[in-house]
Amino acid sequence: MIGSPTQDVEGFVAESLDALGREPEQLLQHLIAVQRRFGWVPPAAVERLSADLDVTRTQVRAAIAFYAFLHDRPQGDFDILFSDNITDRMLGNQRLVNLLAERLGVRLGETRSDGRVTLGLTSCTGMCDQGPALLVNGRAVTALNPRRVDRIADLVEQGTPLEHWPGDFFRVEDNLRRRGLLLSNPVTDGAGLRKLIDKGADAALAEIERSGLRGRGGAGFTTALKWKFAREAPGAERYVVCNADEGEPGTFKDRVLLTSFADLVIEGMTICAGVIGAHKGFIYLRGEYAYLVAHLESVLARRRAEGLLGESILGIPRFDFDVAVHLGAGAYICGEESALIESLEGKRGVTRKRPPFPVVCGYRDRPTVVNNVETFLAAARVVQWGGYWFRGEGTDQSAGSKILSVSGDCERPGIYEYPFGTPVHRVLTDCGAEHVQALQISGAAGTTLSPADFDRIIAFEDLSTAGSFMVFDHSRDMLDMVRSFAAFFAHESCGFCTPCRVGTGLLHNLVEKVADGQASAHDLEEMRQIGSVMKLASYCGLGQTAPSHIRNTLDKFPDIYKRRLRSEEYTPSFDLDAALSEARALSGRDDAGAHISETQEEEA
Amino acid sequence: MSQSFKLDGREIPFLPGQTIMAAATAAGVYIPHLCHNPDYAPQGSCRVCVVGMGRRQVSACTTPATDGAEVDNSSEAVQESRRSVLQMLFAEGNHVCPACERSGNCQLQAVAYYVGMLSPHYPPFFPRRPVDASHPHFIIDFNRCILCELCVRASRDHDGKRVFAISGRGLASHLVIDSPSGLLGDSCFAAEDRAAHVCPVGAILPKHKGFERPIGERLYDREPISKVGDVRSHDRAHESEVD
Repeated sequence: MIGSPTQDVEGFVAESLDALGREPEQLLQHLIAVQRRFGWVPPAAVERLSADLDVTRTQVRAAIAFYAFLHDRPQGDFDILFSDNITDRMLGNQRLVNLLAERLGVRLGETRSDGRVTLGLTSCTGMCDQGPALLVNGRAVTALNPRRVDRIADLVEQGTPLEHWPGDFFRVEDNLRRRGLLLSNPVTDGAGLRKLIDKGADAALAEIERSGLRGRGGAGFTTALKWKFAREAPGAERYVVCNADEGEPGTFKDRVLLTSFADLVIEGMTICAGVIGAHKGFIYLRGEYAYLVAHLESVLARRRAEGLLGESILGIPRFDFDVAVHLGAGAYICGEESALIESLEGKRGVTRKRPPFPVVCGYRDRPTVVNNVETFLAAARVVQWGGYWFRGEGTDQSAGSKILSVSGDCERPGIYEYPFGTPVHRVLTDCGAEHVQALQISGAAGTTLSPADFDRIIAFEDLSTAGSFMVFDHSRDMLDMVRSFAAFFAHESCGFCTPCRVGTGLLHNLVEKVADGQASAHDLEEMRQIGSVMKLASYCGLGQTAPSHIRNTLDKFPDIYKRRLRSEEYTPSFDLDAALSEARALSGRDDAGAHISETQEEEA
Repeated sequence: MSQSFKLDGREIPFLPGQTIMAAATAAGVYIPHLCHNPDYAPQGSCRVCVVGMGRRQVSACTTPATDGAEVDNSSEAVQESRRSVLQMLFAEGNHVCPACERSGNCQLQAVAYYVGMLSPHYPPFFPRRPVDASHPHFIIDFNRCILCELCVRASRDHDGKRVFAISGRGLASHLVIDSPSGLLGDSCFAAEDRAAHVCPVGAILPKHKGFERPIGERLYDREPISKVGDVRSHDRAHESEVD
């Protein structure tokens, strides 16, 4: 697809404008629709959207440049992105990437000259329990193996449309391995919502408070307090936002919750709306899970038909609340709540200045509750069954249960729900992990544990986690994990603040210097120093936690660095001899005198 | 009842809603900064103005002052963060002070001196950033842009034009211009715009003149930025130098 006729583009944009509306907030959703239809966002679409939504051309172009799944030039008819989390790598994705590249005659990061296919890599797609995975035109393909990749190559060469690809390529399993407090009972019939109506908003909020429920996204802010602040904030309009942008490498619980527990999640959102007085809500769904949109829309439609959503919910006058699904387009930072709100407003997902906090000044500068998928699920059950029911499990500071996404070197990867306070070794035993060398908990931004730490417990007061749980056995080189995460953060930093924007780039280069065997002990000290500045001075959680995996592994796995050091002291990052290669090529010389050896450098 | 906080032990009064930066400036205390300019909404992106509060460092330009707080504006930890942030900015772009028309009138250079930065320290990224000389009266040298977004804010909030924006993400973040070609000459940017005169570094420069006042005799050549403040407050003098 080399070009797209202007009239087709304008016609499609006009349809999209009619379908999604002309509010500037819809910009990103229009761009996603255009990208999906044409495989890129043609200039005619930029002009038309800029004129009709009253945003500058620059804002449209800036959004395209910001989101990894939007493109300002044509991609192949089949745009294939291999998920490149460390867990995909451990399952051998690199071999499969090479296999597909060879079969299709296309290089990684390029579009084939006939425009048939583009091949690239992307951050974790949330299929770690059934990887390696890829996205083709935004659709997830799981459980890749050489046979499947071979078949994909045939389908691409034949130009077979995705709807005619074998259905099991797109099958996504829940892999629910351990059901606890929340997952053991998927039934919902609006009981929580009825409780809210019977007892009133004050009583519902009191139950949430009694339950001790804290946010499940990792930060652990008290849910009742968040709802209370939004409820008491001045202003007529309020919003409820479900953060389903789970981009943390190794996490996929929200995928399962939205697949098999969507009713309860939406019920939790509706209860929140009833408590704070909101009429509009959003599920901000990461672009990688676009395949879930149809399912979520059908659940929303059914709930409207059942009177559990929409106008006069359960017959109560003025209890009006509806939910729209908004898609992301490949940006990890949008999991941060203020960046998510910017993205909901159609802009680049850059973190906002705080205070004011979103509970006071969020979406469209109105009071907004942003909660994790799991938090809304828990809230629905708390209101239904009471705060004490929830408090009955967990620890003093961490009530209830935690849903973990387990992947990596274990027999049974998948979803596990445990009471808070469960020690790490219990999870490792249950998932069938043996010869464990290390555990990365809470994703790339989380904590690296060595076996000495396996008695530690999952709880806000010890190991706080959004749920990612990646296991590494003794066959693994932990530097591969570090390289993967360092590249991830350099790719995902939004670029707003200096320490994160530049620091992630510096750290990535230093880690590669170590991997190349060119680093010295001085470089390891540099990594610590840069990491400490990022942790202290970065604007948001991304930059503050981006160096953690390096600091953790320097402390707990120093050998992965030390055995690669070229010198104990200092190695310059600038290779003088290599820099002369262009001069040698131009002058046609390659004799000893045209080289600078290390001894000469030292003498000089 | 008047409220106050302690900045390095010194009592600083403030009005409700005032930021640490605003209160400190009003009391005559200098906190180094680059993306901050009191004429525009604070944004806190450069992180040069970080101050210590408890175990955290926060940007003074965006953090509201709180009664009784103890704020650290001079410890080695704070100075190290500032120095590193400055070094990161130097490593990120292509900053060649001796060849720059803004040398001596540049806040990046002046703040670097103030925090005791002796070298860029980090390996430079050497990005390729073509210069935009399409406008008849102004030139944009993206090599020197530090993404402070002051031109973005001035154009949007003062000139009402929205000429500038930031595009891309991470290290690929860059300043873009709102025109069909993306060039300044095709935009509605004018020499009289506030956005033309708000750049704290040498990224947005007037054409047809240069080095009218010799290096060595310029604003920060004579006095440190902590004493004479931002280029902005010397606009008149500064303009007469470059005009």
